[in-house]
Amino acid sequence: MRLLATTAAALCLTATGALAHGDDECAVGKTLEDGVLTIATGNPAFYPWVLNDAPESGEGFEAAVAYAIAAEMGFDADAVTWVRTSFDEAIQPGPKNFDFNIQQYSITPEREQMVDFSLPYYTSAMAVLTTEAVVEAGAEPTLESLRGLLWGADANTTAVPMLTEIVGPERDAMLYGDNVDVTAAMQAGQIDAALFDLPTALYLAAVVVEGGTILGQFPADRSDNPDQFGLLMEEGNPLKECVDHAIEHLTESGRLAEIEAEWLQAATGVPVIQ
Amino acid sequence: MRGKLELTNVWKSFGDHQVCRGVDLSVGAGQMVCLIGASGSGKSTLLRCMNLLEPIDEGTIHLDGQDISEPGLDAQPIRTRIGIVFQSYNLFPHMTAAQNVMLAPRRVRGKTPAELAAPVQALFARFGLADRMDHYPDQLSGGQQQRVAIIRALAMSPEIMLFDEITSALDPELVGEVLDVLRQLRHEGMTMVLATHEMSFARELADTVCFLDGGRIIEQGPPEAIFAAPREARTRAFLERVL
Amino acid sequence: MTDAPLRGAAGDTSAAPTRRQAYEARLKRRSNMIAAGSTIAVVLAVVVLVPLAPGWEAVQRSFFNGEVFAATFPGLLNAFMLDVAIFLWCAPAIAILGLLIALCRDVRAPALFPLRMFGALYTDIFRGLPVILVIYLVGFGVPGLGLPRPWNSPYIWGSLALILVYAAYVAEVIRSGIDSIHQSQRSAAASLGLSEADTMRFVVLPQAIRNVAPANMNLFIALQKDVALLSFIGPVEIFRQAGVYKSLMANFTPYVGAALIFLAITIPATRYADYLLHKQRRRQR
Ligand SMILES: Nc1ncnc2c1ncn2[C@@H]1O[C@H](COP(=O)(O)OP(=O)(O)O)[C@@H](O)[C@H]1O
Ligand SMILES: [Mg+2]
Repeated sequence: MRLLATTAAALCLTATGALAHGDDECAVGKTLEDGVLTIATGNPAFYPWVLNDAPESGEGFEAAVAYAIAAEMGFDADAVTWVRTSFDEAIQPGPKNFDFNIQQYSITPEREQMVDFSLPYYTSAMAVLTTEAVVEAGAEPTLESLRGLLWGADANTTAVPMLTEIVGPERDAMLYGDNVDVTAAMQAGQIDAALFDLPTALYLAAVVVEGGTILGQFPADRSDNPDQFGLLMEEGNPLKECVDHAIEHLTESGRLAEIEAEWLQAATGVPVIQ
Repeated sequence: MRGKLELTNVWKSFGDHQVCRGVDLSVGAGQMVCLIGASGSGKSTLLRCMNLLEPIDEGTIHLDGQDISEPGLDAQPIRTRIGIVFQSYNLFPHMTAAQNVMLAPRRVRGKTPAELAAPVQALFARFGLADRMDHYPDQLSGGQQQRVAIIRALAMSPEIMLFDEITSALDPELVGEVLDVLRQLRHEGMTMVLATHEMSFARELADTVCFLDGGRIIEQGPPEAIFAAPREARTRAFLERVL
Repeated sequence: MTDAPLRGAAGDTSAAPTRRQAYEARLKRRSNMIAAGSTIAVVLAVVVLVPLAPGWEAVQRSFFNGEVFAATFPGLLNAFMLDVAIFLWCAPAIAILGLLIALCRDVRAPALFPLRMFGALYTDIFRGLPVILVIYLVGFGVPGLGLPRPWNSPYIWGSLALILVYAAYVAEVIRSGIDSIHQSQRSAAASLGLSEADTMRFVVLPQAIRNVAPANMNLFIALQKDVALLSFIGPVEIFRQAGVYKSLMANFTPYVGAALIFLAITIPATRYADYLLHKQRRRQR
């Protein structure tokens, strides 16, 4: 939120002339293949980050951000190729098959020791996905009520440490390999609630989980540990400088906020958990 | 006196292979009958039919006047009345000698180990194995194992004992101790049917010797008659080969 | 008494060894030296050459990272307790169900043919499916029918999936053990008047189970490893815990830690199974 506010302020201050392309020359000779920007995303890539699992279309928040960054760096849409990686492939040592990887990677200091992250392109609120039945049974958006629930989360996300640090559930949380398994467990009644970034949670509640609903969200700008998404790159990748530059431009110009407004549902009406 | 066994026109085949072809045999109570004949002539099969390990196809077997070959009859109680000892001992290798002997009395007769201790001890003593009761089969010699197998069958107090070449698998020097056991049983008046290659033993003790050939008893009579003056050419040829 | 002097001559090695003993000792020394030499050569090659590889530093940082190892190992060990617990409640159930299925497959009475068929079908189906598939289907599927808590717990249904699959394997092993008991043992039991059931219980099964103990032991070692598959439906056992650490630190070292913990259990167990097998072979000669 704070980031958006600063972006808005920056937009007011700077003239529209500053919106022009960034430093076209920066990326020359630094990509895997000359003149081509290779971008990785998840397999599959999920709504609303990428629509229809087709990032080439530029539809969906991350797909749009990726093309915007590419454009800032001087790559036309035709000069962008997509590859797919799992989380593990992205962090394994050795040469990478992508220039950068965009799939809701949260920036953490621990991860930063092993790989490089760009500046954040999105700051996510974490939200509690649950079902109507659980709400009817008395679950409320208060920490005390949340502690008593049976929790689940995607084991590969920063939702896991958040869960233990902020909620501190009474019973051990169940962890799963991906969103699909988390929702399967919720549907089987094996967990009451799961922690996701807000856009994912909204999507799962609306489309995937029968009777799904959002119980509440944790404010995005939690002072201690905000959940910010960055592009993941091989450690020491010289491209980082150019990517950061591009993101900086997009943020300052307000373009990033536009993309966010276009592809991510407004999270209004979701109560904030105190 | 019990232990009279009567076979009438017994037929038995495995698939197309006719192994017993109309056997008639009468074993009187307290008698000892020896079956002799070449390997494959059907001796073992005949013995197995006698205690219902194999069902017969045709004919009857009477034990003390009861037709035990009736199809559908519960074989289990009959088998306890007819003991059999096999060429290959067939002791249960995971049990001690005493456990081998006590299993059937406990499970079939419902005896407790306490009740059995004394009589089993006596049986082992009677056949010279008092100090081997707690040994496992693989800790016993062949002769000792075979004697345990005999004790195991006797522990059910059968009316008849069947012996299927029980000395054939033994080293020559161990044959004597097992034959001594048979001698002892003979003198105690046990009804016995033996398949055997020990011709001198048959000659010494048998009441009747039967010569089997191709699943038929082609000649039978007292040992003196069979061994000294066989009537059939086949019997003569067989005896010439083995004597 | 009588063989005492004999033993002195042939068995006492502290006195002058026989020619044969001297020869064998020489031979043994030589083969030990060759074995030691080649082992040292291989270890040296690995220790010296692997770090020379261009990617070694990166691999070391991401797989053999001392800091990450120290930070995560206690948590992994703790999570492994869950694996052990799951193993401990599954193993007896598997043994019992496996035995029952094996017995189903051996019934001879015609009236019980359906039981026999069930046994065959059961082993065919559960040996033909990947464990993970059964875990998903049973672990998510059955609770999805709307069972109330705590009866929809992934611990219950995940364990049941493991039990179902492993019982099929154990049943096959036990059945092969039953088949390996010679018909003459059954004949001997029958001739004493023992019932079919008693024959199975007192004569065939004890021998069969002893014969297949090493094979079953290997199955249970495999089970200890497959317990980790339960993590797919929620329980945070060692594999999942390692995955969480990996994700948080973008580092694979926790997996190496988990592997070490598994090996600490499975290697001794495997050795023990081999020892059992060896002992059994010697007994059967
Ligand atoms: N269970 C069986 N199935 C098929 N054939 C058998 C079986 N038992 C015995 N036979 C056959 O019956 C014949 C007689 O065997 P057997 O009674 O063992 O003879 P013997 O004891 O006189 O050597 C042999 O040809 C043997 O192959
Ligand atoms: Mg025979």
